[in-house]
Amino acid sequence: MPLARYPYRFRPHKVRYEFFRLMPISMFVMAFGAAFGLAAAQSGLAPLQSLLMSATVFAGASQFAMLDMWGTQISVLPMIAVVFAINSRHLLMGASLYPMLRDVSPGKRYGLLLLLTDANWAVAAQEYQNGRRNLEVIIGGGLVIWLTWIVGTALGVYFGGLMQNPKAFGLDMVLGCFLLAMALGGKKSPRVLVAWLVAGSASLAAWKWLPPNMHVVVGALAGGAIGFFWLESSGKTAGEKQEGAADGH
Amino acid sequence: MAIETTSAGILGLIAIMALVTLATRFGGVFLMSFVPISPRVESFINTMASSVLIAIIVPMAVEGDLGALAALVATGLTMLALRKPLPAISAGLIAAAAVRYFL
Repeated sequence: MPLARYPYRFRPHKVRYEFFRLMPISMFVMAFGAAFGLAAAQSGLAPLQSLLMSATVFAGASQFAMLDMWGTQISVLPMIAVVFAINSRHLLMGASLYPMLRDVSPGKRYGLLLLLTDANWAVAAQEYQNGRRNLEVIIGGGLVIWLTWIVGTALGVYFGGLMQNPKAFGLDMVLGCFLLAMALGGKKSPRVLVAWLVAGSASLAAWKWLPPNMHVVVGALAGGAIGFFWLESSGKTAGEKQEGAADGH
Repeated sequence: MAIETTSAGILGLIAIMALVTLATRFGGVFLMSFVPISPRVESFINTMASSVLIAIIVPMAVEGDLGALAALVATGLTMLALRKPLPAISAGLIAAAAVRYFL
């Protein structure tokens, strides 16, 4: 059996850099956190319970869904199904990082996955498409998002919402706009555009006709199927191209 | 099976939520460690990655109001023109706010 080797070298200054680079977007995460804290308080969660949930679950959409199910008692299996369905996109997000994560020791690999969330993953995935390996953004970016999510929850719990109507300022669209910008900043080829068309249609169909919360996984897998059957003709993928470049600075 | 929302019950519910979410964070990577990375698998992964984004955004645009749609269109156009995320996102937010204010 060949020796396991983990060539990925984390650069501490890059982790710090990514922490500050994702700080602007994490301010919006704070606003969502405040909305969650307020909604949780109104549902009857004690302040420390809301904070504990934000700190340990760290997945906004599923935490809001949990509040929808809140009552004097909660059925466990439906709750597990909803939380799993909403967060199942993490399965695909993690899998997409695997070509980088296999170069990291299992301890660090699963350690940094604790901080995996939409925004920092979108940056890492986009940079990988463009031939750069950036796992530091998962750590640094994830950390700042995690902290602001908790701080935001606290603000909502103790002081109510940060503003009366965040929707009037378009703040509900921050994450959507951010993810779209990341998608468009990645590599675009006829193959990718066909995959997006298929992914978008499949997602829409699943959203309309399948049980709730399945559209992301269905759409992403449908888009991935295009990549599976339609290989890039050059034969060189982003992962191979930047092996050499990974040593730079 | 149901858990009552007493203090202890809530702690249990939070623990279950955290574990289920953790399983989704770890699961994809764990399963991939059994899959040999062929060019075909790598191609699947790369196409799937950006498809995740599209699959999140499209229902958001369809489900949302005119402001949501304006935000995504403005972000898309600015991103294609300038290739810089921050101006693109700002344009999106301004578009959403403007549409919601004036319409």
